[in-house]
Amino acid sequence: MTESPVLSVRDLVVEIPTRHGILRPVDGVSYDIHAGEILGVVGESGAGKSMTGNAVIGLLDPPARIASGAVLLSGQPIHALNGETLRRLRGKRMGMIFQDPLTSLNPLLTIGDQLAETILEHLDVAPSEARRRAIAALEEVGIPAAAQRIGSYPHEFSGGMRQRVVIALALCAEPDLIIADEPTTALDVSVQAQIIALLKRLCRDRGVAVMLVTHDMGVIAEAADRVAVMYAGRLAELGPVREVITQARHPYTAGLMASTPLASQGRMRLRQIPGAMPGLDALPAGCAFSPRCEYAQDRCRQDPGPTLSACGGRAACWFPLVTDTKQEVRA
Amino acid sequence: MSAIIKVDRLTRIFDVSKPWLNRVIERLPRALLTAVSEVSFEVEENSVYALVGESGSGKSTIGKIIVGLVSPSGGKVEIEGVDLASEKDPGRIDSVRADIQMIFQDPYASLNPRWRVRNIIAEPVAARGGNTEGLAERLLEQVGLSAADAGKYPHEFSGGQRQRICIARALSSEPKIIVCDEPTSALDVSVQSQVLNLMSDLREEFGLTYLFISHDLTVVRHMADKVGVLYLGRLVEEAPRDALFGDPKHPYTRMLFDAAPRMDAFGRDIEPPRGEIPDAINPPSGCAFHPRCPLAVARCSRERPEMRQLGQTRVACHLAE
Repeated sequence: MTESPVLSVRDLVVEIPTRHGILRPVDGVSYDIHAGEILGVVGESGAGKSMTGNAVIGLLDPPARIASGAVLLSGQPIHALNGETLRRLRGKRMGMIFQDPLTSLNPLLTIGDQLAETILEHLDVAPSEARRRAIAALEEVGIPAAAQRIGSYPHEFSGGMRQRVVIALALCAEPDLIIADEPTTALDVSVQAQIIALLKRLCRDRGVAVMLVTHDMGVIAEAADRVAVMYAGRLAELGPVREVITQARHPYTAGLMASTPLASQGRMRLRQIPGAMPGLDALPAGCAFSPRCEYAQDRCRQDPGPTLSACGGRAACWFPLVTDTKQEVRA
Repeated sequence: MSAIIKVDRLTRIFDVSKPWLNRVIERLPRALLTAVSEVSFEVEENSVYALVGESGSGKSTIGKIIVGLVSPSGGKVEIEGVDLASEKDPGRIDSVRADIQMIFQDPYASLNPRWRVRNIIAEPVAARGGNTEGLAERLLEQVGLSAADAGKYPHEFSGGQRQRICIARALSSEPKIIVCDEPTSALDVSVQSQVLNLMSDLREEFGLTYLFISHDLTVVRHMADKVGVLYLGRLVEEAPRDALFGDPKHPYTRMLFDAAPRMDAFGRDIEPPRGEIPDAINPPSGCAFHPRCPLAVARCSRERPEMRQLGQTRVACHLAE
């Protein structure tokens, strides 16, 4: 891709000062997302994936703060913006979809009012035009009889419909970038499939760049073009989704794949990664995964943690796996 | 092989009406929610029976009825030939109760934060006046923790370790049956595989029977011998695992399988399923699935399909063949 990316994150570091020292929930993360592309961000709880999304859109809860690095939206740095400038940008050029559709809508306003408010805030249109656009946005996300339902309150919608409203809300000011933080985790399988299909269609038709944060590898495989695997605040692996899933280079990614029960596989023992992800206050020296890694060598435990750029781009590992891990692991 | 759990036309109706005064003022009728509707199945000894379904399908309610946390409105549950709801002999009730334990979904909410792990694990035995000497330490080692953990409190453990403590507690009364309600949904994938492996090992070691309740098809396929699919409180299909996953008969089962995200489906473009789960207070007439079913005919909206046997599968659909 030659055109410049919609979102560029460069060596992003988020810090939380505590009484016991400074924690780094995001530590040196870099990636790009281009127009019309879905970047999946996966990792276990506490890996820093939501924190990365919040840092990009400027929603970090103090005392968490961006300590260094840059966030560029279409080439323009936005990580140092605050107050009114950031508020103008957020919603207009970046939309956010949260995990829980019930808590991300105002229960006291009709969904029409909420949509119109966002449109009037960011676009220079008349109230009647805002209402027309609100109805169009609801139709686009597949809400039947949108013109009648625009006066309904959030509690009158089911979980799946509410998530559609949240997506309409994120889209209505026509942003270039959408950050979707676990958009389907609270939903049932059949509704999840509908929401994923909707996100993919919007991304394709409108050329929106999407950052899809989830812990579900299946969702990533179906929706994402590229995937970033996070572990303990760092990127472990970044690459095209098919390659990362079928030919993982980082031992953590490979372990994650092997421990997911696979439909095509019988009832054999699952491979397990021993232990659990270390807490941010107890990160080991060297590579954060080294205590759990079966391939770890002295260099992994001693040298400072490997980064993507230091390791050739695809996996942040001194000794990346090069074989077809899937077959090797399952043999 | 004999059935250790027999569930016969089990029904549970919850009264979800507004308070009496509201009903009078707003002239509302009583609202009754049928969470479980005439569900029948049998679980064989030393097997894993999985109940799958989306939210509101009644799978957790069935689990709670079987362990006795909720009473049935109709039908009955027999465990080792004893119906706990009607049995009069307290001795038999007691012996059956000791044979059945439960593991809950959220290991953060199901352990008392003020109790030491030793007391949590020994509680099912201590409550019956049994000997708890060294019991917690022995069980902790069996579930892959160390005996020294017995003196700690739950907050000192991670989610996966807490679920191991829940499993140790469930094992302490030496049960024959464990009802597992979404035991790994709150866990990360790498920890989930540890817990699933542990559960498989323990089943072999102690000859346990699991009733495994889950919405995750890949986990069910990994664990189950036999699978029952629930939709809106009704059992729509039941089959041995390979028969069900190889040749699903009910259109709902097929829809569920198609909709589930798959690791090998890169950029798959599927037609997502239509509609959503209907309101359980006013379920559709006839077959509850007919408004969303691609095959539905006029008969489906009039007549509720009965369970019928098709090869190894039992299916409740007029059109399945």
